[in-house]
Amino acid sequence: MSARRLVSLVLAAASCAACSPIQSALDPQSPQAESLHELFWLFVVVCSVVWLAVMASLTLALLRNRSTASEATAAGSRTPALAVGAAVVATVLIVAGLTIASFLATRSLATDGGGLVIKLRGYQWWWEATYPAEGVVTANEIHLPVGRPVRMELSAADVIHSFWVPQLQGKLDLIPGRDNAVTITVTKEGVYRGQCAEFCGLQHAHMGLIVVAEPPAAFDAWARAQAAVAAAPTEPEAQAGAALFQAKACSSCHAIRGTAASAKVGPDLTHVASRRSIAADVLPATRGAFAAWIVDPQTIKPGANMPAIALEPAELRALSAYMTALK
Amino acid sequence: MNGTEGVRHPRGRDLPPEERERRLRRIWDPPRGILGALSVVDHKIIGRRYIATAFVFLALGGVLAALIRIQLATPEGRLLGPDVYNQVFTVHGANMMFLFAVPVMEAMGVYLVPLMIGTRNIAFPRLNAFSYWIYVAGGALLWIAFLLDFGPDVGWFGYVPLSGPQYGYGKRADIWAQMITFTELAALAVAVEIVVTVFKQRAPGMTLDRIPLFVWAMLVTSFLVIVAMPAIMIASSALILDRLVGTHFFNPAEGGDVLLFQHLFWFFGHPEVYIIFLPAVGMVSTMLSTFARRPVFGYLPLVMSLITIGVLSFGLWAHHMFTTGLPRVGESFFTASSMAIAVPAGVQIFCFIATLWLGRPVWRPPLLFVAAFVVTFTIGGLTGVMVASVPLDSQVHDTYFVVAHFHYVLVGGAVFPLMGAIYYWFPKMTGRMMSDRLGAWVAALVFVGFNLTFFPMHVLGLQGMPRRIYAYQPELPWGGLNLFVSLASIILFAGFLLFFVDVVRSAVRGAPAGDNPWNAPTLEWATTSPPPSYNFDGIPVVTSANPLWDDPETLPVATGLRVDRRELLVTSVQRAEPEARESSAGASIWPFLAAVATTVMLIGSIFSPWAVVWGSLPIAVALVGWFWPKGAPEDEA
Amino acid sequence: MEEQRLDRSGRVLAAALAGLALSACEREERVMRRDPPVVAALDEAALLPGGVGGAEPLAHVALGKPYETNAYEIAQGKRLYAAMNCAGCHGDGSGGVGPSLIDGWWAYGADLPSLYATIRDGRPRGMPPYRQKLPPDSIWQLAGYVQTLASYSAKTAAPGRDDAPQTRPAENRAPATQAPLEPPAR
Repeated sequence: MSARRLVSLVLAAASCAACSPIQSALDPQSPQAESLHELFWLFVVVCSVVWLAVMASLTLALLRNRSTASEATAAGSRTPALAVGAAVVATVLIVAGLTIASFLATRSLATDGGGLVIKLRGYQWWWEATYPAEGVVTANEIHLPVGRPVRMELSAADVIHSFWVPQLQGKLDLIPGRDNAVTITVTKEGVYRGQCAEFCGLQHAHMGLIVVAEPPAAFDAWARAQAAVAAAPTEPEAQAGAALFQAKACSSCHAIRGTAASAKVGPDLTHVASRRSIAADVLPATRGAFAAWIVDPQTIKPGANMPAIALEPAELRALSAYMTALK
Repeated sequence: MNGTEGVRHPRGRDLPPEERERRLRRIWDPPRGILGALSVVDHKIIGRRYIATAFVFLALGGVLAALIRIQLATPEGRLLGPDVYNQVFTVHGANMMFLFAVPVMEAMGVYLVPLMIGTRNIAFPRLNAFSYWIYVAGGALLWIAFLLDFGPDVGWFGYVPLSGPQYGYGKRADIWAQMITFTELAALAVAVEIVVTVFKQRAPGMTLDRIPLFVWAMLVTSFLVIVAMPAIMIASSALILDRLVGTHFFNPAEGGDVLLFQHLFWFFGHPEVYIIFLPAVGMVSTMLSTFARRPVFGYLPLVMSLITIGVLSFGLWAHHMFTTGLPRVGESFFTASSMAIAVPAGVQIFCFIATLWLGRPVWRPPLLFVAAFVVTFTIGGLTGVMVASVPLDSQVHDTYFVVAHFHYVLVGGAVFPLMGAIYYWFPKMTGRMMSDRLGAWVAALVFVGFNLTFFPMHVLGLQGMPRRIYAYQPELPWGGLNLFVSLASIILFAGFLLFFVDVVRSAVRGAPAGDNPWNAPTLEWATTSPPPSYNFDGIPVVTSANPLWDDPETLPVATGLRVDRRELLVTSVQRAEPEARESSAGASIWPFLAAVATTVMLIGSIFSPWAVVWGSLPIAVALVGWFWPKGAPEDEA
Repeated sequence: MEEQRLDRSGRVLAAALAGLALSACEREERVMRRDPPVVAALDEAALLPGGVGGAEPLAHVALGKPYETNAYEIAQGKRLYAAMNCAGCHGDGSGGVGPSLIDGWWAYGADLPSLYATIRDGRPRGMPPYRQKLPPDSIWQLAGYVQTLASYSAKTAAPGRDDAPQTRPAENRAPATQAPLEPPAR
């Protein structure tokens, strides 16, 4: 058993090192996640020792030499109280130790919010991120400045979702009718992945969230770019796409700031091509992926609220060119 | 040790044994024919049906588990779409918890408790029959709905708002809520019967400290059922009212609360785990004592730990809700109480190992399952300590770590002992032995297959794999372990398949068992295998905790019960002194009719509130028929 | 042996129940993707001159009338009612700038083809056309939902209340408050 446990943990470590962005609690990248990680290993060590002790006594009990058994039974009449008492005391001590460690870790996690506020709202099946002070509205990808505490204010538009980026912080639910908040301080630059962790319906499996931690200067530049309205496209094909966007059903649900499209049903697409992925981290933000998503969303993400729109091939090319131009 | 004296009634005391047996048979044997089969109130027949039905549901749930593993074996699996997958995992969970685990434990109690405490039938036998039919109806409702693409798809926990009127489209969530009503009704009925049976029908001399540990476990379990189940009935009824009548229990905009549902659900849901686990502890204690060839070590600490767990289990429901953002003080309380339950569980494991240490273990299949239980359940218990910690839980909650954890607790802690218990009591139930050789194979396959399947899931959870996802993208590093898990599960399925093969084979061709094949100490082995319809020729009188070891040749019996009508001996709660003779209800078709009427009303209410009004009329008729005074003492019982 | 016989009768009973329930099961089927030609065919409602009344598209009949009887499709319509801001004119259904949808009076017909045409093509005095804003299957979903707002007979497939403040009776109560003989005075 213990050998298998070791092997699987080594496996885990190996696969963690392999790829990025990943979402693994075994690869902490923020002080909060690191403290959880340390607590986790403390529990693993203590629990393994307890388990090995139980297994050792079980093995001994089964294999020991039976010639002495009769004496033990005779002596057994007065040992139960003593022995059970010892077992209780040992268990209480271990459990109390772990409880205290757990409380200490909880306390170390409590940090005051500072400066940056991000409102994260869960929808079936995507995330809307609003930066009130910076005037940024985006979806499925948030950027954070390294080293600065960020207060995430969580709310849900329809059903319960759960915000979880394992490398940064434990999870917290987004609950209709309630406000939750969590503070994160990321210490290392990088791209992290999170995923909705509370079952939320058909596409619960495809509700990813990308977190980009970058130096403050890069973050400020990003925020300025995101707060700007969309630039009018210059290529003729993209211009045709922009007209189609307004004329067809796209503008019934999506907003592109700087144009007439201002609906709030689907993600804000003002700078959609600046994101790493679309459809809640299901496809990369490439022109081909845009076209595939527009023409047949229900094959890629069955049950998603994006309907398929009948388009001529030329129209599809124009729309995907326009999407790619929304940097 | 006679009951009240009286000369006018035939007591059978003075009859020759053959004549007494003939008369007992005439009054206790179940009626014949289809109508007779529907009217049976014998706890053994109902218990056997209950157990067989529960194992059918286990097999069906296993098929769903296989579908899940095929779907997840590769990234972006295409076997099931999200819609079907959500139904599959919901029905798997609801089926295993509500239609297999709880009923099968109660069913073992229905079969064994009256035999272990030496009485002729369970208390309220007609309620028992009603309970079984209601349970079958609830199971059929869920499975027929599932086969018709109607199955609930909101998770076995059915959280609002996803299961609520706005997001739970159609009737699927109603099926879930109503299935709960059925199984809770069935479970509550059995719990009441067991409490009364244990308190009032124990064999003379079976004082509180001589009650077999399995019976203690069933007693504590029954109290848990009585206290916990109403919470979920309120939750599911409030949900169905929200959905069908337009009430606002869970609508935050109208003063309802989404989290209220979770509190109600887990106030039931956590004790539920112990409702499944405590009977297993009782089974393990019983089997250990038999196969270690000594009384179990620490009878009193074990009884105390059962009761302690029962009480504590109501104080830790919120550890299922640590990620909802509870107040800090509340979180601390529930962390401490969740950790505290490790203490009585530790005492149990300690007593089990001490029993083995002091005894002379005999390696028969039940003991193999007990050993598998200790190894596996301990891991589940220790990961339970990990998820009890708020900060750790915030990382592993709703991931495959938790999937691994609760399968270790439920399969390791309850299914392994249950399989051992089937090997152990199968001879009593059928009169035939199961195969030792196949039993060893089953134990090995299930143990190895289980650990290879579920241990890697801990790692998957830590690597960030959430629960209840129907697909995962190839970029995520979960493909290898998922494939390994799916392949390993083949071993587990093979083990269960072999188990069912052995059961069927042994039922047909097993070696005859004899009254007491294991040389076990408790009363159920004092009668024939399978027991006669009246259980015991004479009611045994108990003078120790292990009557068949201490009085192997001459178990004293109490006489004086009538042989011309169904009678039981009622004894006092604490010291089990005979108090009265009480008639026991005979076979009746009315419980079946009442169950059918209740089923029609409950299912109809999914489609129209008026079904509650019109549906109560047949129920009223059935209940009037059931309770109509017919003059016979068996009917008045 | 008795139990075997019992098993057999149990199976017969289960089969009978299954047969009964089969008639209801298409209510619960969830078709998330329809092929583009099917969607195009759904647009072919043969309306009478004047745009009120007419035959449903053959495609809808061939599919088993999902937009009238299927719980998922009707619930999607309810989602679209909010998403398309129908409430901007019709309020919670009890009317505002636009007419009430729950008083049982349908100025342009209560049948699905008429409702479909109303949403797709618009109507005089303010109802805008949604031809360009929604694909045909979405318009059908919306029409199916709107029909339940003031149904003359209750549907088991219709959705329940919203998780929102309640300002009017739930959908799917039936019959409509009263089936009026003349348009309500406004």
